[in-house]
Amino acid sequence: MSEAKDYKYVGTRRVRPDGYDKVTGRANYGADLTLPGMIWGRILRSPHAHAKIKGINTSKAEAHPGVSAVVTFQDFPEKSQGSPLAQNILANEKALYHGHAIAAVAAKTVQIAEEALGLIEVDYEVLTPVMDLDTAMADGATLINENLKTVGLPEPATEASNIAARQELKIGDIDAGFAEADVILEREYSTPTVHQGYIEPHACTVRYDENGQSMVWCCTQGHFDVRASTANLLGMELGKLKVVASEIGGGFGGKTTIYLEPVALMLSKKSGNPVKIVMDRDEVFKASGPGAATKSWIKIGAKKDGTFTAMQAKMAFEAGAFPGSPVGPGTMTVFAPYDVANAKVEGFDVLVNKPKVAAYRAPGAPQAEFASEMLINELAEKLGMDMIDIRLKNAAREGTQALYGPKFREIGFIECLEQCKASEHYQNAVAEGNGRGVGAGFWFNIGGVSSAVIHMNPDGTATLLEGSPDIGGSRASMQSMAAEELGIAPERIKPIVADTEMVAHNDTTGGSRTTFATGMAVIEAAQDVVRQFKERAASTWNVTPEQVEWADGVARNTAGDGEMTCQEICASAGRTGGQITGRGNINARGAGPSFSVHIADVAVDKDTGKVDVVRYTASQDAGRAIHPSYVEGQIQGGSVQGIGWALNEEYIYSDDGLLENPGFLDYRIPLASDLPMIDPIVVEVPNPFHPYGVRGVGEANIIPPLATVATAVGNAIGRPMPDLPCSPPRVLKAIQEG
Amino acid sequence: MALVIFSSELQKFTGEERVEVSASTYRQLVDGILKRYPDMPPEEITEKAVSIDGMIIQDPLLDPVDENSEVHFLDRISGG
Repeated sequence: MSEAKDYKYVGTRRVRPDGYDKVTGRANYGADLTLPGMIWGRILRSPHAHAKIKGINTSKAEAHPGVSAVVTFQDFPEKSQGSPLAQNILANEKALYHGHAIAAVAAKTVQIAEEALGLIEVDYEVLTPVMDLDTAMADGATLINENLKTVGLPEPATEASNIAARQELKIGDIDAGFAEADVILEREYSTPTVHQGYIEPHACTVRYDENGQSMVWCCTQGHFDVRASTANLLGMELGKLKVVASEIGGGFGGKTTIYLEPVALMLSKKSGNPVKIVMDRDEVFKASGPGAATKSWIKIGAKKDGTFTAMQAKMAFEAGAFPGSPVGPGTMTVFAPYDVANAKVEGFDVLVNKPKVAAYRAPGAPQAEFASEMLINELAEKLGMDMIDIRLKNAAREGTQALYGPKFREIGFIECLEQCKASEHYQNAVAEGNGRGVGAGFWFNIGGVSSAVIHMNPDGTATLLEGSPDIGGSRASMQSMAAEELGIAPERIKPIVADTEMVAHNDTTGGSRTTFATGMAVIEAAQDVVRQFKERAASTWNVTPEQVEWADGVARNTAGDGEMTCQEICASAGRTGGQITGRGNINARGAGPSFSVHIADVAVDKDTGKVDVVRYTASQDAGRAIHPSYVEGQIQGGSVQGIGWALNEEYIYSDDGLLENPGFLDYRIPLASDLPMIDPIVVEVPNPFHPYGVRGVGEANIIPPLATVATAVGNAIGRPMPDLPCSPPRVLKAIQEG
Repeated sequence: MALVIFSSELQKFTGEERVEVSASTYRQLVDGILKRYPDMPPEEITEKAVSIDGMIIQDPLLDPVDENSEVHFLDRISGG
């Protein structure tokens, strides 16, 4: 499908269509909608990490002046009460983590609602919290869910456990592979619970209408899934719930599920008023879905020349209070960048008394590939090899069979490695006393269901309706692809993220799918418009559509004389058959995987353990960069989040399981002033399954920084750093122990 | 005949790594596999994504399978 060619609009750096509204404050985010008669919702949260709820008395709160409604788990329809999603949104018989929602109040003001929360009496029986993987997996561990039995064991489990699932992947003969090796290394690694760190808190405004159409306005990565999940929990028909996606102030996977929307609708139903709920930062940290903490054991065997003969991993992922960590993609990605004949991976999904984890950019892959990439760097040092050369020696390429099954088609891993190796950064030696690291990352990218509609206006401008929330500049990419197909200037096309009534279902923005999949729907819609342009021109000239050529926004009669511009066709559309609308409704197939390779130089203050990243280069295979500036932005943003994960970010819990750092003062994400320029290298090996070669660039870039930075720190201080984050206390301790 | 290669997890049900199945669509392919391995719960493959000649399809049904296609089942990926 795709071929290397120059385009008029695709690949150009145009001003983003939503930019003006965002820099002037005109854009409307999750908390920005106010409705007539609206009241405010607030949520009572558990002060305990693990406790039985013996009773909830809401009578005083209900009687409090200004309070319109109070809801608890019992307000969910009975048929929804077995749902783990419902039990996460409002606790049932147990509070399962510090901050777990217990009840909600709607009142005239936020202050009255908070007063009423204080009047709700909850009778807790405090239980021992289970706060880490070792404790959760130990024999005789306190059980978080007494009915949970491990699935995926060779024999069916007979007893309850905190281990929700085990899974295994293998290829070749792992024992034979290690027997072939000249060198074998093994080591354990760990990563902490981290938050996606989006700036905008979760927020929604809702209006329940018993007889007509209910409405939810919220910040989300997927308003069609908000509609599906909310309607399902509340027993509503999809057609009776309209969900509008506001602008979004960051998501990174954390806004792919729901927390507030069903609660707000139940409060609205009870009170008869529209209800707004906005989480504060404390609630976002305590009760939204963080990225999973992990422990991994990795073993690699290699020949003296660096050829890998066997790779093995055992990994445990925290799921939080309900099953469903990203251990699956972790096991699939841990060795995916490499061509190895013998490999085995075992993964465990483990419950702990923390909030249910959510997706975080390439969910599971950063934690898994941190461990494998760290050991590969150690292996390179042991063999006296360059960190990029050992990866080039073993790199997956077209035809390599991945551990998770398929053979790769055209991929750009080797190109990423080669361009990093040739970079001015890598060609210059690391400064005396500093450390350098290299790391690689693989992510699948996904396709899925997308829908788009293009309405042509009588003046030849176009309104492009798509259903994928724009979390990374995707409207600009949609505009460019539609312009390329229609042959009209991008500025004449207005891309709009439409609500659930205006376009058909779209899968959630995630998995780096939007520019790929929704882009294909937009291309199909534009091609539908062009087909109609040709038909209208043909009918005007009394020729067949096949005799009409469309280029640069103009129809040309190849059977005679005559040209009609887009504007002329649209102006006369009413008289030639009605206004013109193009549609694209697809299930996009053939998402192209993306690889990313990074280089970091760091300086370590040996007295304090503080790490400064002094230079950083990041390459990624974009397939085709539809808008190069936003591809570079994705590479830079993912790198920065990964650097934060490597250096400082972690949830800190007390012995009682209480979160001690639920705010950005104590949960330290990198600031612009902390970092050097992230130098992006955009590699373009087109995805053969997309008309323009798009792969998707939102995720692979967050994977390499963890091992890249930790290796650099380790090289600077002369000690390996297998446990993240490389925060000043931990680095100082390593220096002092050295 | 399309070549289907089973993961180590699916081999628990199939007892073999690879099998040839006559099919021109994904649906026919699944029917053929389930007929061959009647003890395998259908959801073990119907709720998975599929790779047909390296093209990964998240939610397949009527997708074409060629005579020489290589097919793998894999967990569906969501992403962030």
